[in-house]
Amino acid sequence: MPRPATFEEYLASLVPPSVRGLDRRTLLTGGVALSALTLAGCGGSDSTTTTGSTGTASGSGGSTAAATGEVTLGSNQSDAVPKAAIQGVMDAFQKANSGLTVKVNTVDHNTFQENINNYLQGSPDDVFMWFAGYRMRFFASQGLAGDISDVWTGMQGLNDALKKSSTGDDGKQYFMPSTYYPWALFYRKSLWKEKGYEIPKTLDDLKTLGAKMKTDGLAPIAFGDKDGWPAMGTFDAINMRVNGYDFHVNLMAGKEDWAGDKVKKTFDTWKGLLEIHQPDSLGRTWQEAAQSLQQKKSGMYLLGMFVAQQFEKGAEQDDLDFFTFPEIDSAIGADAIEAPIDGYMMSASPKNEAGAKALLKFTGSAEAQGLAVKSDPSVIATNSEVDTAGYTALQKKAVEFVASAKSIAQFMDRDTRPDFASTVMIPAIQEFIKNPNDIDGLTKNIQAQKVSIFGS
Amino acid sequence: MARYKGINQLSGVDRIIVALMIIIPTILVVWLVWLPAIGSVLLSFTNWNGIGPIGDAKWMGMKNYHDVVTIYPPFWPAVRHNLIWLAVTFLVATPLGMFLAVLLDKEMRASRVYQTAFYLPVVLSLALVGFIWQLIYSRDQGLINGLTGATIDWYGDPKYNLWSALVAACWRHTGYIMLLYLAGLKGVDVSLREAARVDGASEKQTFFKIVFPVLAPINIIVLVVSVIEALRAFDLVWVINKGRNGLELIATLVTQNIVGEASRIGFGSALATFMLLISSVFIVIYLRIVMKEQR
Repeated sequence: MPRPATFEEYLASLVPPSVRGLDRRTLLTGGVALSALTLAGCGGSDSTTTTGSTGTASGSGGSTAAATGEVTLGSNQSDAVPKAAIQGVMDAFQKANSGLTVKVNTVDHNTFQENINNYLQGSPDDVFMWFAGYRMRFFASQGLAGDISDVWTGMQGLNDALKKSSTGDDGKQYFMPSTYYPWALFYRKSLWKEKGYEIPKTLDDLKTLGAKMKTDGLAPIAFGDKDGWPAMGTFDAINMRVNGYDFHVNLMAGKEDWAGDKVKKTFDTWKGLLEIHQPDSLGRTWQEAAQSLQQKKSGMYLLGMFVAQQFEKGAEQDDLDFFTFPEIDSAIGADAIEAPIDGYMMSASPKNEAGAKALLKFTGSAEAQGLAVKSDPSVIATNSEVDTAGYTALQKKAVEFVASAKSIAQFMDRDTRPDFASTVMIPAIQEFIKNPNDIDGLTKNIQAQKVSIFGS
Repeated sequence: MARYKGINQLSGVDRIIVALMIIIPTILVVWLVWLPAIGSVLLSFTNWNGIGPIGDAKWMGMKNYHDVVTIYPPFWPAVRHNLIWLAVTFLVATPLGMFLAVLLDKEMRASRVYQTAFYLPVVLSLALVGFIWQLIYSRDQGLINGLTGATIDWYGDPKYNLWSALVAACWRHTGYIMLLYLAGLKGVDVSLREAARVDGASEKQTFFKIVFPVLAPINIIVLVVSVIEALRAFDLVWVINKGRNGLELIATLVTQNIVGEASRIGFGSALATFMLLISSVFIVIYLRIVMKEQR
């Protein structure tokens, strides 16, 4: 979504995503809380009957060549640019596989995510788009996703780390990675050159830089957490600098104490940085925060590379650069980053399994990913054989950046239980932003809820 | 005309029709209202996550309820906000609606135009109302801040956003109340007012001593409508920020927990049960008043 060019576009951009995502299903389930139960109940009853067929592969990998018929794809890419990108990939697939057609069912991004449980237990499409991480493994272990290990045999250009993040708890592959993007501190090169700012290497550097930016009349770090999830990225970044990658993984898995000194130190460090964050963040969307960066009203912004969507293609995007969150503890270093992977999964009992697997194989290929990243320059391909010559400067840098990282996390709401992330952490982090002084009470409460949720 | 002597007097076909007229609505009510309600209460004692058979869910006893009141921080603010919502719709929107109705009842010029103008927001969904007010409240591009030069984030700042939302909600609710009272006022017998005037009562006395008591049935409807609106309050805040950060309401908490990826069906059902209990209190009060009147 580029910057609004006309007044109509501006008006359209004011419609909050929650409204755009408010279709009939959401309203039904949301408005009448009780009816949600019956809906979910209906979905639940038929799920067990479908799980039996998960293990059956359609034969060897070679048999996919003979697949014919229609494959349905559930897509959450509802914005114009990514939607066109998906269509481009599917067109190429149909060209390469005569006899196979793809029917794309596009659903609004938020709606898709919110209805995923009912969707997968109802009559899902053969192939659907999802993310790597906890939720992928959870669906796999619940028998809601199809085993695609045979598609993975002989896949070219996908490294072991990607295979690992596509693997379920039972050691089989359930996910085909497509594109991903790093989280980092983004800034405008022209602004920094003009003011003579230097990339901060340590936390103290960052604070000094922030103070300098303030005297220059800038909001040092753009910040918007109206939707609740962007600030999770800030927590993750600080937490991985203070306590390291392994602690992040264990904390998200519910194995660490949220009320312990380590988490408190993360929040305490964040508290020290809040004064160089843009104020009133709870009423601001990430798009608005990104626009303040674009308009040179703020100095930098900790966000995923999709921040580039708020910049015009061409010169303006070329002016965008980024650096990793600075080191806080020299013993921990600064080589852990977050780079969430988007990709494709197969439903548990697809109507056209051979066709679905052919499609999954194609989406993982260099050809398909090359098409995808070309249409959307705010992501990079997971397949290492994609020709990077056509990449923008930002994409090239992202490839280097991800390659040099020692450990790659997904993101808080992808690495932990979604019920914990959405019903505990979103309110907790917003509470912290509102009142950063009661860290003890806050962490104690998170821990109490964590024990209740993970223990049940 | 012969007096009706009970069911025995009806012919066979009539009896079947009567039976169907009772049975079909009963089945619908039981199926659509009672079963989900009871199911919801039962689920609130489990930890069901919405995936797989309900039989796999573990029985948790009162744990969900205990968690809601002890370690779930948004719950008490939500209860408070619901009560504030109720108080404001009742103490601000209702008198205002009544006032407008009395004015419009005076048959002044262009009263139809005013009537339409005040009633118009009622036609809009609350979600749309929230969006319309966003244009007025927006921090950087909104009307209020544009006129006053303030930088208050009306929808985002938890100090103000509940009140901002309430202004928007009242804007809509007032028109509704106004129409209800207007209908009631039109139904007041003209001879009552004339009699009062003949007896030398002032306008004020006529209204409070004569007209208002006659409006008692309308008052009860308005009371019930206000309570229901306050408990139902959902779409407006959901549109603003999904009921977080100062706009927590019980209904949004239920939705946050049940709908969406979270799928804490058991926990969300416990919250829904709280809502059921609170609304039952008002329903019982309402039924008692209505029953008493019928006797």
